[in-house]
Amino acid sequence: MTDMSLIAVVSVFTAGLTVAIGAGLAAIAEGRAVAEGLRSIAQQPDETASISRAMFVGLAMIETSGIYCFVVSLILIFANPFWSAAG
Amino acid sequence: MNLSPDEIVYFSVGPLDISATLVSTWIVMALLVGAALLVRRRLRVEPPIGRAQLAFEALIVFVLDQIRDVARQEPGRYLPFIATLFLFILASNVLSIVPGFHPPTGSLTTTAALALSVFLAVPAFAIRQVGWRRYLRTYLEPMPLMLPFTVLGEITRTLALAVRLFGNVMSSSMMIAILLVVAPLVFPVLIQVLGVLMGVLQAYIFAVLALVYIAAGLSESGKRLSTGESA
Repeated sequence: MTDMSLIAVVSVFTAGLTVAIGAGLAAIAEGRAVAEGLRSIAQQPDETASISRAMFVGLAMIETSGIYCFVVSLILIFANPFWSAAG
Repeated sequence: MNLSPDEIVYFSVGPLDISATLVSTWIVMALLVGAALLVRRRLRVEPPIGRAQLAFEALIVFVLDQIRDVARQEPGRYLPFIATLFLFILASNVLSIVPGFHPPTGSLTTTAALALSVFLAVPAFAIRQVGWRRYLRTYLEPMPLMLPFTVLGEITRTLALAVRLFGNVMSSSMMIAILLVVAPLVFPVLIQVLGVLMGVLQAYIFAVLALVYIAAGLSESGKRLSTGESA
């Protein structure tokens, strides 16, 4: 196996693994956050506006980690710095 | 496949590349300013009030209410900055359903510029409210040992702001591009609808987060002035 194909195999495999783990954990966390937010809204419907705003801001924070994983996997596939090093 | 609209260069003026990001930013700016000018020509106080004016007023009242709720202050001072961020990101995300339009928020340069302006606006608002000395002193509280972490936190949240918007917009346009190859009949449209929804949500989140950061900077500085109020 040449250097090039070794880099390709490792990069593609790692990119898939990155998105799988990153998206999965972020989805679990967001699900828990939404569940708690909905429970709070059910308990205090008068506070719906402020609860949902805080929930959305928190969701954005959680989602950032998933987005980071996505960007890293894109870099691994499309802008891998080791391509040029090996080629 | 293009990762970012920066790589699509229409033409060059000397060392300056006129890329798709620049052109679509100009389109969004022209649309916003044009709509505002068009509505301003027919502003009126007593009925009948035009539909466009009502729509704009509803939008501005919405932003004002959000600012009042989050910052717990008179919203007038923050309205220009926050509403500009919101409207620009909203317009460019919604326009992504137009074929051939590359949303400028799908490029890391645009989102980094927006995040940098938030990064600079936080101390600017705080200094205008409480002055240099009191603002700089907040970095040494509760103890000077925390200074590196506070500075690091400001930098990383700016980075997160930029990457979040870029990642969301770029991922949705990339999904559409991939689906066009795999299943070009119905699915790209569904993903596009989802992308518009996410775009509106991201515009809201960007504006609210900018507001939260500004309000946090203000309340940190203002703690000595008025106790007991937190953002």
